[in-house]
Amino acid sequence: MAIAADPATVETAAKAARRNEGHQHGTGAVTGRASRSAWLVTGVLAVCSLTVLLPLYLTVTMAFKTPAQSVDGNGFSLPAPFNPGSFADAWNLVGFPTAFVISVLVATASVAGVIVLASLAAFAIVRQWDHKLFRYSYFYLLAAMFIPFPVIALPQVKLTAYLSLDNPVGVALLHVMFQLSFSVLLYSAFLRSIPGELEESARIDGATTWQVFWKLIFPLLAPMNATVGIFAFLAAWNDYMMPSLITANSDLQTIPVIQKIFQSSFSTDYNVAFASYLMAMAPTIVVYVFAQRWVMSGMTRGAIK
Amino acid sequence: MSATRPAAVTVRRTRKKVDAAFYLMLLPALLLFTLLIVGPALAGMFFSVTNYVGYGEYSFIGVSNYLVLFTDPRILRSYGFTIGFSVVTVLLVNAIALFLAVLLNSRIKFKTALRGVFFIPMVVSGIVIAYVFNYVFSTTIPAVFGGSSILANADWAWVAVVVVTAWQAVPSALIIYLAGLLAIPEEVYEASSLDGASPWRQFTAITLPLMAGYVVINTVLGFKNFLNAYDIIVGLTDGGPGTSTSSVAMTIFTGFTSGDYAYQMANAVVFFVITVLISIAQLRIINRRGVSL
Repeated sequence: MAIAADPATVETAAKAARRNEGHQHGTGAVTGRASRSAWLVTGVLAVCSLTVLLPLYLTVTMAFKTPAQSVDGNGFSLPAPFNPGSFADAWNLVGFPTAFVISVLVATASVAGVIVLASLAAFAIVRQWDHKLFRYSYFYLLAAMFIPFPVIALPQVKLTAYLSLDNPVGVALLHVMFQLSFSVLLYSAFLRSIPGELEESARIDGATTWQVFWKLIFPLLAPMNATVGIFAFLAAWNDYMMPSLITANSDLQTIPVIQKIFQSSFSTDYNVAFASYLMAMAPTIVVYVFAQRWVMSGMTRGAIK
Repeated sequence: MSATRPAAVTVRRTRKKVDAAFYLMLLPALLLFTLLIVGPALAGMFFSVTNYVGYGEYSFIGVSNYLVLFTDPRILRSYGFTIGFSVVTVLLVNAIALFLAVLLNSRIKFKTALRGVFFIPMVVSGIVIAYVFNYVFSTTIPAVFGGSSILANADWAWVAVVVVTAWQAVPSALIIYLAGLLAIPEEVYEASSLDGASPWRQFTAITLPLMAGYVVINTVLGFKNFLNAYDIIVGLTDGGPGTSTSSVAMTIFTGFTSGDYAYQMANAVVFFVITVLISIAQLRIINRRGVSL
């Protein structure tokens, strides 16, 4: 999550990366031995990748089986006959459309909330670092990195119920809060690398602090917005613990929480359960596959900043 | 972590009056944070010295919740499981992630595709993949290989929890290791191979020492996540069989229903203190290694 925010190191890393690429593809004289070892390592990695792919393969095959075949226990066999009907059953059984909309709203609100709150706070803190209030606020906000949800869950549930926030709005708000520390840390590190002269010249042209932030700084923060957004999105979209405890009305639950229905009431409809699991996993995996390069660079920025 | 500005700027800044806009920018984050995080944390500490059951009246009972806590076998078992499971998972995740990072960083075919595959677990919901593995452990493995489900075995169910947690946690450790490997200049390896060093010797003499800081980072971050384990356990064993895989988080949440509200708040406070102590201990090691977090 947070290694020394040293631009020099990152720079060196990027250079080394470019050099490595050039080294591998640029030199024409690749000996037969080197090429053989490359294939060998590739083979080892391919075998390792089965640990990731097999559970996903099993989810897909199970989802297309008939109820009769799905109870034979062998998850790895191919569906015979092919039965796409499980998806319609799962769709209706778990109330997928409602849950999907709620998940999208919670995740979007969390992403937007944390980007706006954290970037504004980090900007104020970094630019007014010499003032005690702002400096102490930084450490105050950062201290929360040591407070995980389980520690304050009991009072938080009471509080959200009292404030009528025991619903997806409250869930989104709490996601923002739990992402805040890490995001302020990322934004602050990034903002320190933006020279103050840039803002001074905008001010001389008569821009207010708000205009400086929204017109000048916020666009410069784009790479950090992506990083913060990806982490906030995944945390909110995939979470089970918080919505299951905070949201009182079970009709307003997110996608991960509604999967619980298959553990109790419909525990032997494996094909329907897996169709539902597949629908729950598919959106993030599909987005990730298409935006892989972008997501990876965003997450790497989060890892080395 | 905290950058200090050049002295000249400092002098000028302190004289200047702070634009009200800066206060307005900071205020929303501070207020919401105080209301939703700090408030509940203080309330929790307060209730931990009462006999509050979650509703109605209560009175102060001093530290007796805490005293009972340290002799309660259910609580002690949950700490034993959580810390033991975290240690095993941290070791496993670091070993696998370092292994994969070194291989993914070497000369291989289909680099982007392979890398892409190994990061998929990071975008999958923990509880959903735990349900999938639940079926694998409880039905598929016994059906294909024989034997009974390890999820039903009080002595071995924790292994399943470790496997699935590691499955999901490897990518985030892998990202950090890959970033670390890129920072090692290629020349070092070239020089050593001219001197006739074997790949294994290069790994133990160059890669491992240079990656030590990243190992500590991954250990700290891993511990922080695993100590709060909840989603995956719910999907796999729901704390069972019996209470053999009940994590601390799960035990705390029983305070909602069992009338143990104040008692579990005391548990949460102790858990918080332990988490902080472990983090501080690890941060001290990091500082000694010269890596700042």
